[in-house]
Amino acid sequence: MAAKKKDAKATPASAVAPLATPTETSPLEPAVRVANPVGSFDPDAGHAPKVILKRNKVLVPLVAVALGFLVGSIVILITGKSPLLMFNALIQGVTGINIALGGFNPRHIGELVIQAMPIILTGLSVGFAFRTGLFNTGAEGQLMVGALAATAVALTVKAPTIIHVPLILLAGAGAGGIWGAIPGYLKARFNVHEVVVTIMLNYTALHFNNWTILNVFGSVDRVKTAEFPVTALLKDPWLADLTNGSRLNWGFVPVILSLVLYWFIIEKTTFGYGLRAVGFNKDAARYAGMKVKRNVALSMAIAGAFAGLAGAIITIGTFNFGRALSAAEGYGFDGIAVALVGMTQAPGILLAGLLFGMLKSAGPLMQSAGIPKEIGGIIQASIVLFVGMKLGIERIIDIARGKRADRLALAAAENAGEVGV
Amino acid sequence: MRFGILLEMFPIALMFAAPIIIAALGGLFSERSGIVNIALEGIMMVGAFAGAAMTVVLEPLLPGWAPWMGILMGMAAGMLFSLLHAFASINLRADQVVSGTALNILAGGLTIYLSQILFNQQRTRAFSSGLRKITVPLLDKIPLLGRMFFREIYPTFYVAMALVVLTWFVIFKTPFGLRLRACGEHPQAAASMGINVYRIRYAGVVISGALAGLAGATMVLTQDIQYTITSVHGTGFIALASLIFGKWNPWGVLGAGFFFGFSQTLSFYAKDIPFLAPLPLEVFYILPYVLTIVALVVFAGKTVGPKAAGEIYDQGKR
Repeated sequence: MAAKKKDAKATPASAVAPLATPTETSPLEPAVRVANPVGSFDPDAGHAPKVILKRNKVLVPLVAVALGFLVGSIVILITGKSPLLMFNALIQGVTGINIALGGFNPRHIGELVIQAMPIILTGLSVGFAFRTGLFNTGAEGQLMVGALAATAVALTVKAPTIIHVPLILLAGAGAGGIWGAIPGYLKARFNVHEVVVTIMLNYTALHFNNWTILNVFGSVDRVKTAEFPVTALLKDPWLADLTNGSRLNWGFVPVILSLVLYWFIIEKTTFGYGLRAVGFNKDAARYAGMKVKRNVALSMAIAGAFAGLAGAIITIGTFNFGRALSAAEGYGFDGIAVALVGMTQAPGILLAGLLFGMLKSAGPLMQSAGIPKEIGGIIQASIVLFVGMKLGIERIIDIARGKRADRLALAAAENAGEVGV
Repeated sequence: MRFGILLEMFPIALMFAAPIIIAALGGLFSERSGIVNIALEGIMMVGAFAGAAMTVVLEPLLPGWAPWMGILMGMAAGMLFSLLHAFASINLRADQVVSGTALNILAGGLTIYLSQILFNQQRTRAFSSGLRKITVPLLDKIPLLGRMFFREIYPTFYVAMALVVLTWFVIFKTPFGLRLRACGEHPQAAASMGINVYRIRYAGVVISGALAGLAGATMVLTQDIQYTITSVHGTGFIALASLIFGKWNPWGVLGAGFFFGFSQTLSFYAKDIPFLAPLPLEVFYILPYVLTIVALVVFAGKTVGPKAAGEIYDQGKR
């Protein structure tokens, strides 16, 4: 069955797997399976020496990013604009310096951080699940219920900031965790595929959020709740002044703490080791006595907590009211991109989050330069697609690296009369 | 009274059901061939954009026929777009969910980008008329059934019906269908019988692209006046839900599509139906999604979906 096929090409440890009863893999596995999330063990590359394997792991996302920008530039060229305008906008978005016209505005830097914060957290969410071999397509929904819980606590609890804000953040993370635990539990208990369940839960969260915002907390204009008390906010005039009136707020503190926590859980704890083991090969992990089902459910819950925290930070940092949404805002998809490009490693996720945050925050700058800001989405999607096509990219890298070696090998083969087809 | 409302709901429910059914049939072709397609939503967006744009452009030249050209354009655009998914997941053995996700992100960016280039705004220009409703002569005189299915109905509903039958025939009664299913169940076994798994899977994905593109164009030309970023609003995922709820079978898809079409329609009519009136509208929006999760749990452990869907096929491995 499916389990055996996977084993055949998986880690050496899987040699023991056929001994384990494959009851876990139900026939309904169909929908989608991440046998090999980026950043985990790569069975396809088994033939390559270890060093090259490691170097490729960093190179693939870098090449993917470069190709993504290449595609973006080509699209801009085809539609009759200059890609240089885009790069100028991007540089301005990152440094605040306008190269073409001169001038410096730190507001752009603040906006970059604002855009990066939530997608770093959803990236951590997706990445954490990846490490356990799960694909969390539900960060969007987990973020929404996190935002909803944050709204509830912000509006109903009265406390000084020092208590109120942490309480709100915890509520957001908790709610996201519960929402994430649902697909985790269903996966562990019934082996229902998490991708489909989380997609369905995203839309459930959207409508549940809207109903609650509009009917329980009452909306001023059918869009948002009343404003939160000042004690509930992460905003700080000092930070705003520092960045010339950007929306920068203290939200980056919990984001950094989350990055550290992610790294610590995954790399430094027995629990994290168990999660990774399940991601590598769940049959082997079970054979080694690990609680696979518990790990699967817990992993999704923790993943959900990261996304829920993102929702809370958006709600009390970027805004100061709860929001009814007409559609998903794409933070979940962004998170998938961030986790893939960041290779599910904390430092990688930080960098990838800043990269995609840059594409978002430079949007208005591009727009004013006459380039539709949606080019950011096109570049982001291309990068994800290229990371997914890692086999092709590896081939490109191999060719670039081994052109000479290949030619020599080909010549040798021709001499031996092996190439006749 | 209540019955009257039900009859009134029918044309609207059929309008909602048609794109759901068509896109789900697309998903069926892809998943039966072994390629998971969560990009239905994105392909629908591209189809909807292409359909709307084509209709707007052709309207002055070919009044009346423009929407149908739009439909064809939507199909073509969907096919083209799905080639990306096929290439990534078949040739380059990309994870199918990753590649599908990329297409979903790409669709939003690409369609709005092109709208800005072509129409200088965040959406396409509005077309003056989409597809027109038709009344089938004679058949509409049948008591009850005539009013339900043949009076003031969008023709795309009949297209959807025809496609259900066609899909059933192709999948279960033709050699191609048998090969397609074989590739979705056990590609290695299929390959050992001389079937070109790559080619069959390409066919599956491209057919799914054509159908999802058709569904998107259908949707925008029957339910909207222009393409916007929210034109498709999750219908691709409802189609995915219908596919699962309908157990990867065309007739099941038909039933599920009807059901979800009705549940959307109910949200408009609930206030007039006494026993539904107290329920919040959101209940009807959520229904398809929650039911799909329930269905998945109920099906758990039974052989339902294509066994090899989502698995990466590598010719070199047996």
